[in-house]
Amino acid sequence: MKKVLIVDDDMDYLFQLKTKVEKLGFEVITADGQYEAEHVLESFKPDLAIFDLMMENEDSGFILSYKMKRRYPDVPIIIATAVTAETGMSFAVHSEEERKWIKADLYMDKGIRADQLHREINKLLKI
Amino acid sequence: MELIKLLVVDDEPGIRSGVSRVLRDFSVSYPFMDEACKFEIIEAPTGEDAIEIINNNLPDIMLLDNKLPGIQGIEVLEYVSKNHLDIVVIMITSYASLEVAVKATKNGAFDFIPKPFTPQELRSSMETITKQVYFRRMTKKLNTVGKQVRFQFLSVLSHELKAPLNAIEGYLKMMEEKQYGENIDDYQAIVERSISRVKGMRSLIMDLLDLTKIESGTTTRDIKEVNLLEIAQISVDSMKPFAIQNDVNVYLNSNTEIKINADAREMEIVFNNLISNAIKYNKSGGRVDCAIKPKDDFVVFTISDNGIGMSEEDMSKLFNEFVRIKNQRTKGISGSGLGLSIVKKIIDAYDGDITVTSSPDKGTTFTVTLPKSL
Repeated sequence: MKKVLIVDDDMDYLFQLKTKVEKLGFEVITADGQYEAEHVLESFKPDLAIFDLMMENEDSGFILSYKMKRRYPDVPIIIATAVTAETGMSFAVHSEEERKWIKADLYMDKGIRADQLHREINKLLKI
Repeated sequence: MELIKLLVVDDEPGIRSGVSRVLRDFSVSYPFMDEACKFEIIEAPTGEDAIEIINNNLPDIMLLDNKLPGIQGIEVLEYVSKNHLDIVVIMITSYASLEVAVKATKNGAFDFIPKPFTPQELRSSMETITKQVYFRRMTKKLNTVGKQVRFQFLSVLSHELKAPLNAIEGYLKMMEEKQYGENIDDYQAIVERSISRVKGMRSLIMDLLDLTKIESGTTTRDIKEVNLLEIAQISVDSMKPFAIQNDVNVYLNSNTEIKINADAREMEIVFNNLISNAIKYNKSGGRVDCAIKPKDDFVVFTISDNGIGMSEEDMSKLFNEFVRIKNQRTKGISGSGLGLSIVKKIIDAYDGDITVTSSPDKGTTFTVTLPKSL
């Protein structure tokens, strides 16, 4: 079974996303923030990771992505956030230019539907 | 095109020209920037030269080697921090010199680049720092234009307001999709979580209302002679159920009346917020001690607890808006992150003072000093 690491400091969202992803047939490991995730990643390599953006730091998701890509360059990363709606900033990873600094493979809105999420995960895992 | 001035301080000409070469045609652009940032590179072979350049033409970023022929890099850094110069300093160090690294961080170095570094390492380090510089510039611009746009505040606020809505919506969807089947009892946990998020949001909104009233100064303060002891007693009494819930005892260790000129409602907010924090960030079986004493033309009151305490670093940002100390010990404690900034604003309005002492796992004491008459 493929393992998905989910990191979010909102325990309710973490629980909901975990339930959602487990229903899609993945094993889910969770961490409730950037620091715990860093700790988990020291001894564990997931097949895919989903990070919240604003946790201990405003850009925790980016920091995690950066650190994880250095350690496991082949593991795809999804950044799940509601930041666009909140700040008007757009973080979609489309152009080469953006990919260079975001270091995540996909940006996803937090309200994503289960079937869309499933498609995106399969695409990233090349299933 | 935004131009970022970068000062490279290194006695090795090879490093200086290397940095220039790597960054000459390099530009940084983020999706949220209006324009890409490019670098103007200034070189200095010694610390003395660096200080002269800083004084004439303030750079945005300084890449600073520690080992220099005259004064050391760390002394240049001290000069920058002593004069409160707005420069982002990155020290070039070798991994081995941990001592320098520690000292440099204390003196306000933003980051390190270990030597030797590759062009790619230099560029990715510059990307992060440029983001920092860019945000500083934006903030400055907003301030100088005099717009009361509090970008940071608003974006964090909307995050804090949206998070509970997202959580509740998620639970409602789970119910709509009947994820746990037909039996309503199986949904009890998620209903309880939803209710608790609604409560959290309500208290955030209440805090926010308090804060905006104080900030805008539109509340007409109802200043009259009030008895602080009486207000403290009311506050302690109203916190009783919360204290019992948390298995914490609250004591008011004063019994003399202390009269000051103040708005009773604001004084109540101060006591409520400090006492509820002392209860929240406590341990089972813990205690909270409140004392009020007159001292010359002032009144001093202290709220002490023997709870979880906090680190030096946590204390430094405690009174900022939306700051919540997040660590293993505070896990599961909810709050808006506005309580203490509200307290601070009220106390400032009375020309008072609030200080905090704390040590992790031992407890925290807040000391408030207020003038007796305005």
